[in-house]
Amino acid sequence: MTAVDGVSFEVDRGETVGIVGESGSGKTMTALSILRLVPEPGRITAGRILFGEKDVVHMTDEEIREFRGADVAMIFQDPMTSLNPVLKVGFQVEEAMAAHNRFTRGQAHDRVIPMLQRVRIPDAPARVRDYPHQFSGGMRQRAMIAMGLSNEPSLLIADEPTTALDVTVQASIIELLRDLNREMGAAVILITHNMSVIASLCQRVIVMYAGRIVEEGPTRAIFKNPEHPYTWSLLRSIPRVDERTHEKLVSISGLPPDLSNPPPGCRFHPRCRYRVDRCFTDEPDLIDVGASQRARCWVLMRNVLAESKTDR
Amino acid sequence: MTPAHTEANVPPPLVRVEQVVKHFPISAGMFGHAIVHAVDGVSLTIKAGETLGLVGESGCGKSTLGRVIVRLQPATSGHVYFRDIDLTRLHGEKLRRTRQQMQMIFQDPYASLNPRMAVGDIIAEPLRNFGIARGRRAEAQVQEVMRVCGLNPNFINRYPHEFSGGQRQRIGIARALVLNPTFIVADEPVSALDVSIQAQIVNLMEDLQDQFNLTFLFIAHDLSVVHHMSDRIAVMYLGKIVEVGPSDDVRDGPLHPYTKVLQSSVPIPDPDLEAGRRPILLTGEIPSPVNPPSGCRFHTRCPIAQPICSEKEPPLERKLDGRLAACHFPGKL
Repeated sequence: MTAVDGVSFEVDRGETVGIVGESGSGKTMTALSILRLVPEPGRITAGRILFGEKDVVHMTDEEIREFRGADVAMIFQDPMTSLNPVLKVGFQVEEAMAAHNRFTRGQAHDRVIPMLQRVRIPDAPARVRDYPHQFSGGMRQRAMIAMGLSNEPSLLIADEPTTALDVTVQASIIELLRDLNREMGAAVILITHNMSVIASLCQRVIVMYAGRIVEEGPTRAIFKNPEHPYTWSLLRSIPRVDERTHEKLVSISGLPPDLSNPPPGCRFHPRCRYRVDRCFTDEPDLIDVGASQRARCWVLMRNVLAESKTDR
Repeated sequence: MTPAHTEANVPPPLVRVEQVVKHFPISAGMFGHAIVHAVDGVSLTIKAGETLGLVGESGCGKSTLGRVIVRLQPATSGHVYFRDIDLTRLHGEKLRRTRQQMQMIFQDPYASLNPRMAVGDIIAEPLRNFGIARGRRAEAQVQEVMRVCGLNPNFINRYPHEFSGGQRQRIGIARALVLNPTFIVADEPVSALDVSIQAQIVNLMEDLQDQFNLTFLFIAHDLSVVHHMSDRIAVMYLGKIVEVGPSDDVRDGPLHPYTKVLQSSVPIPDPDLEAGRRPILLTGEIPSPVNPPSGCRFHTRCPIAQPICSEKEPPLERKLDGRLAACHFPGKL
């Protein structure tokens, strides 16, 4: 099975990039590949992952160990599975630093409380001695972010960091990521199924479908003028809290394809309402459709929408 | 959707919830027991043909309230009237008969279907339970309801694991619909589904409501979905209803500070709008329902709390036409 197929993208220093897609789109595997953490028996069969000048795919064990955690940190959806339940939160933040060479043990020890304060954990000097179960879900996610950022990495990968959280807590975590991105300058890759969260946080969006990038570009362009029918439908399939008139949601019929046997042609064609003959047989390339916006589609929504205008 | 009517000819509500309390005893360590105040004195009405949205965060008691209303769980005290019949007083056969008209759709389409039963049997079970149809007649009804719910009737002999999450939720809806109920409680029916599938289920529920004149209690944590689905919205916090009103009014001019916080926390899929929006962030944690705060339960986290808020509990009362709120300072945040 090919979970991620020919995906290429760049993340600039300090940039916030959102990767959006449904379950099985390959968004998490893409992120895990960056850290060379693809679970067995999966492996990276082709391609390069360049961090600066270094190729992650060919790093030695020693290099990759230093790279993970020190250069790039990752936080996951469920912070409880990433925190050790029998160790105090403060100790775990300290360990994250001790595992790498940026700080001495003494420096690491002194940095714990400021790190927890930095992620807005109230009463941090007292709470360093708490165990993870004494933290709420939102506080655990903050502690994870503190661990992730403790070595001052230049990239933070957040995989559905707010999906398990209540909306009010989600809002505070998004605010925190935004502030930390500004304060510390770490680039952020946010992986999510939630387009609204991307609109709130990210400068650039990558839309994935069935292991492929189907569209990418500046957030504003993608939200205003999505060119791929999948992106277009996705944006209209969610109710907006600010909707003025009640319109039926655009539903995408059918299901995402089985990746062990992807459909020929465009992978979205079985569910696409705008497909043409060519979509059944030839897969389109990711082509330029605007200022740094690219889409993988033979039709493009601008043509669909222009046509529906002339029809009227 | 609901026709405008004057005060004089307001039809009686289909469902009337009066001062419902649901407490769960828990054992608390070595010393005796404690009580979780899951639902603590809730009153609501649901009109025939409308969708009432019930929104709140995890642990606020919204699911418990839904289950108490259809009597999947007995209330600790209070009354639930369905067409003026007090469900909390009904037992045995009478309860069963009344229940036929009220069904429930659950959140998790994986956990709520018996994996060892064929889909046809799952959907037909209510028909058998209530002695409505058996054999071929049941099968015909099952196939009809499958078709209505967008399932292929030829899949009647397949098992739940052969279906996707969205199709399983359709099975759950078909099972609820097969008895031709008037009232359905839907507890987070789309939150476990992928984004592109959520719209399918939301649209299906709207179509079914039009087609069969259903009344919904739609429970969810997501204000955008609740606003989209509902004629009126009730907002719940820590076992209490804090605000009720028409959907647009509640969204556009929240009266309770908690509603305002919820509304400001929901991101909008528009980067330009988001650039100018900041959520109102709450401080502190949601208090324990074992030992809820005095006075207004939101006072410990409310940005505009005054001394009175911790002393006197504000009743849920009419503040504006058709709008209720439980707050000493409604609309001030």
